[in-house]
Amino acid sequence: MPELLHRKLERTAIGFMLAIIVAASVGGIVEIAPLFTIDETVENADDMRLYTPLELAGRNIYIREGCYACHSQMIRTLRDDVERYGPFSLAVESKHDHPMLWGSKRTGPDLARMGGKYSDFWHVAHLTNPRDVVPESNMPAYAWLARTPLRLDDLGSHLRTQRSVGVPYTDEMIENAARDAFGQAVPDSEQASGVTERYGEETQVSAFDGVTTRVTEMDALVAYLQVLGRLTKAAYGNTAAPEQPPNPND
Amino acid sequence: MGQLTTRERELAAAILVALAVVGIAMAAVGRADPLGVHGALVLLYSMVLLFVIMSTSFGPAPDPSRFSRYYDDPIKVGVAFTLFWAIFGMFFGVWAAAQLAWPSLNFDTAWASFGRIRPAHTTGVIFGFGGNALISTSFHVVQRTSRARLADQLSPWFVLFGYNLFCILAVTGYFIGVTQSKEYAEAEWYADLWLVIVWVTYFVLFIRTLARRREPHIYVANWYYLAFILVVAILHIINNLTIPVSLGHAKSYTIWAGVQDSMVQWWYGHNAVAFFLTAGFLAMLYYYLPKRAERPIFSYRLSILSFWGITFFYMWAGSHHLHYTALPHWVQNLGMTFSVMLLVPSWASAGNALLTLNGAWHKVRDDATLRFIMMAAFFYGLSTFEGSFLAVRPVNSLSHYTDWTVGHVHAGALGWVALITYGSLYTLVPAIWKRERMYSAALVEVHFWLAVAGTVIYVFAMWNSGIIQGLMWRTYTEEGTLTYSFVDSLLAMYPYYIARAFGGLLFLIGAVVATYNIWMTVRGIPVLIVERHDDIPLVPDGAATRPAE
Repeated sequence: MPELLHRKLERTAIGFMLAIIVAASVGGIVEIAPLFTIDETVENADDMRLYTPLELAGRNIYIREGCYACHSQMIRTLRDDVERYGPFSLAVESKHDHPMLWGSKRTGPDLARMGGKYSDFWHVAHLTNPRDVVPESNMPAYAWLARTPLRLDDLGSHLRTQRSVGVPYTDEMIENAARDAFGQAVPDSEQASGVTERYGEETQVSAFDGVTTRVTEMDALVAYLQVLGRLTKAAYGNTAAPEQPPNPND
Repeated sequence: MGQLTTRERELAAAILVALAVVGIAMAAVGRADPLGVHGALVLLYSMVLLFVIMSTSFGPAPDPSRFSRYYDDPIKVGVAFTLFWAIFGMFFGVWAAAQLAWPSLNFDTAWASFGRIRPAHTTGVIFGFGGNALISTSFHVVQRTSRARLADQLSPWFVLFGYNLFCILAVTGYFIGVTQSKEYAEAEWYADLWLVIVWVTYFVLFIRTLARRREPHIYVANWYYLAFILVVAILHIINNLTIPVSLGHAKSYTIWAGVQDSMVQWWYGHNAVAFFLTAGFLAMLYYYLPKRAERPIFSYRLSILSFWGITFFYMWAGSHHLHYTALPHWVQNLGMTFSVMLLVPSWASAGNALLTLNGAWHKVRDDATLRFIMMAAFFYGLSTFEGSFLAVRPVNSLSHYTDWTVGHVHAGALGWVALITYGSLYTLVPAIWKRERMYSAALVEVHFWLAVAGTVIYVFAMWNSGIIQGLMWRTYTEEGTLTYSFVDSLLAMYPYYIARAFGGLLFLIGAVVATYNIWMTVRGIPVLIVERHDDIPLVPDGAATRPAE
């Protein structure tokens, strides 16, 4: 009987097409739509900060260089993940990430809690030649980032676009994007004070690449790496115990 | 393009002029941005094609009897694109693999660093090689199984050259730093928009050809091609909903964020596997296998079961890429459950293929082309089993983030996708160029063993490194502390990374051998094959008259 039914379906191209669309749509709808409506999907974090323009620019460099191909930013709920990298990642931590950078491969370590773990100087040395600080590393060198000035003039439009996809940047932040990016990387400048005013006291203002006269792509990338895992403290308050994978020693 | 009428050539020229204008506009507004480079590239591409069109526009009017034959010219160009992208994509794969063992192999350049050539490799192989193979074979198969000529003269060319423009924009983009960072969907907004136009044209052409069919039933292979075209369109559009920074920027921000973005991305990512890398290639299997083995498909019922099983179950499976993450538990469990159930339709297909060979095993022994197809079905069964296995949460806790996943992907990409493609090409090329056989059967044999050896070395290296990696990450000392640092696990990988690069190199050499063999076949002397009565299109009423028989 089903075979006869199918023989009928096979005789009509449009009917067959519609059947494919129906069959293929169910799974996606059931799994994706509720993620927008169920409140528990993303926790609340009152202390959640936004990326500064410099950090956002750094994030875009991270994306451009394909760092996501080797580094995840998602600490799983597994004991060894938590002990190696820190508290497991919460959904709220990537709430403002367009796109998310959870990654699928760890050729290098996870970076979800990289912020504050090493000094700016270490990061610059590591990006300039990874093997100078980690002799066994197989990461490419990114020395040229320190020689490339960061494009500042369009950062306002980047922030505006971020707002249009749901990140709550204010008009003031958008207007001052270029100034703030400069100020964050040049601590002695008069633009520096506005950064912490607009983005919070926790924001790190620093001569990231060690040169205080100009803003390079190195400044931006290091600023981004230093804020990873520090936009909110929500994950540290989580008391749920991580899951225990089977121990291979047992 | 000699079969185009003057009007069709004029239309083609008009489209190309419009495209050139778009290129100029992109170059102008994107002066300070990588977008400008792509504008210049679009301009160049359309000018070259315009030159080709112009140089043929004074040719004689096409022969009216062309309507009594299948339209194979676009397929021939598609085969050339397929072979080009195979070598391009695999070359970058070997290079990327070598960089993981010897990191200085990017020669201190930005464009050739691992993070940029890795998407060039994946896009080159999946979309360049795989996509062109799918388009070419679908044009071949839909005509033969429908007994109808392609529905249009110009749009097959538009699909082919338009699609390759997308591939060029995508791959060159990564070199100059244009990427969305969504795996297997890295191309930016304007390339994505262009692909939508091309894809809709492809769909319309395909469904119109199906509508012209002279067979009452739609043949199994076409079910798969249809599903491939339709679902890829849905996936592509939803995953690539972005807002560009401005019309003068290559950069855009995806409208999805965080946890929802991760689900959309892996819903796309996993179903790109399902509908791009599986459904389309299963279509090849369902046509070229029975053709080459000269045996009908073993079971019609199994075909129905596996087709609808794959179409329905696969779309649920994407969330198994996100086990133990911040994605809600219930979605992870759904993904795992459906991934396991997916084994049923997958093995139904693989079993159906292998059982079709019953009674033809002596041909498998003698004919390397059929052996390509047989091996592909075998690897299909193997990697779908592995896929269901890796989707189980506890297994995934070990395998995720490790090279095991890479090994699994390549068991599918090399063992299934590439082998079935070459098996199909070795069947298709002599058929459409009207050659009696391939230039050299010995070279097909050489290619077969290079491909199988390369795949096996690659996959074994990655299985080993992945499992070792996963185990080292979770090994504890007696005191309850982690035994190994991350760098310890990286050091343990180096020998396998070298083995992997070697396996990939063998596979690449095989691809070069295949290209040479096909090139020599095309250059050979056509034989006058008397067109069999059942191998010409049945002309729809009102079309040009059939030549006297």
